[in-house]
Amino acid sequence: MGLAHEHDLHRRRRGRNMGVGLTLIAFVAIVFGMTVVKVSEGQNMQSYEHVLPAQQDLNK
Amino acid sequence: MSDTSINAADRAETGEAGFGDYFALLKPRVMSLVVFTAFVGLLVAPVPVHPFIGFVAILFIAIGGGASGALNMWWDADIDAVMKRTRKRPVPSGKVAGGDALAIGIVLSGMAVVMLGLATNPVAAGLLAFTIFFYVVVYTMWLKRWTPQNIVIGGAAGAFPPMIGWAVATGGISVESVLMFTLILMWTPPHFWALALFMNDDYTRAGVPMLTVTHGRRATRTHILVYTMLLAPVAIGAGVTSIGGPLYLAVSVALNLWFIGSAFRLWRRDEATAEADGYHAEKAFFRFSLLYLFLHFVAFLAEAALRMFDLGGW
Repeated sequence: MGLAHEHDLHRRRRGRNMGVGLTLIAFVAIVFGMTVVKVSEGQNMQSYEHVLPAQQDLNK
Repeated sequence: MSDTSINAADRAETGEAGFGDYFALLKPRVMSLVVFTAFVGLLVAPVPVHPFIGFVAILFIAIGGGASGALNMWWDADIDAVMKRTRKRPVPSGKVAGGDALAIGIVLSGMAVVMLGLATNPVAAGLLAFTIFFYVVVYTMWLKRWTPQNIVIGGAAGAFPPMIGWAVATGGISVESVLMFTLILMWTPPHFWALALFMNDDYTRAGVPMLTVTHGRRATRTHILVYTMLLAPVAIGAGVTSIGGPLYLAVSVALNLWFIGSAFRLWRRDEATAEADGYHAEKAFFRFSLLYLFLHFVAFLAEAALRMFDLGGW
């Protein structure tokens, strides 16, 4: 048995790590996609979001 | 001993589950029903949804449903281990530790509700949170081991997805979404009782008070017939609302006539006949019940598609 022998356990662990990694990448892609859609549709924007903080202070 | 069994035993000893074992915690088959009915609820709603938001909403509804499945597996591991139908699930088979199922269930539930809220609206997120609570706490922890009516009330958990889909699009609840909810709610008891008729030994061994265990098969057959008759007006009634139309109505009337007819035939059968033919009619009724629900939702979808060409609806 050589040093490079791979137990089934290692293969499963790698598979699990790959699965978690891909899930996280998919999650990031989803959040990014949602952000793009929300910003481009602009439905939930409030008027104050278009005003710079300095101007908000002046308006008070 | 086959390779598979060696791997399974090895996995149980090492506690090293594969990614697929964790995915199996989410009950993919149940999730497919959740995805389909939520998708229909979303598409038949009168308010258009951005395709990406629609996709994300369905995904998180599915994850929320899957998370409640994981929590169910954590709590019910003792029952699942003695039932033939469920003993190969990841927790009772020892592939995934109960604590892991609990952690995954809680984290995914929270994430699904928050993400659905951010992607769509608080009503949809609130309904998803309530669905998870209802399935895990009300059905799994409370009703399932306590009353033979477990499936009658617990069926509500599986009935929420089209309502959530509708809420994703409209931000509210309406007659149409309540009717889609009631359709699944009323369909669940005859569906599961038909299963219990030919899987009774499993429930008896596990000590789950299914109607077949507490009141016997004769009473269960009567209950199936009554619920099938109560289901018909709900299913057909949905056809006269804004999500129905002539096509849906025709499909629904035909399906309900067939369903009631099959339930009547089940009611007339005695146990000796059923045992003699290996519960043939009961198994056929169970399979047809799946088709019954599927075709109702396909008909809703068809009406929505026809409406796009000014053909469907009333």
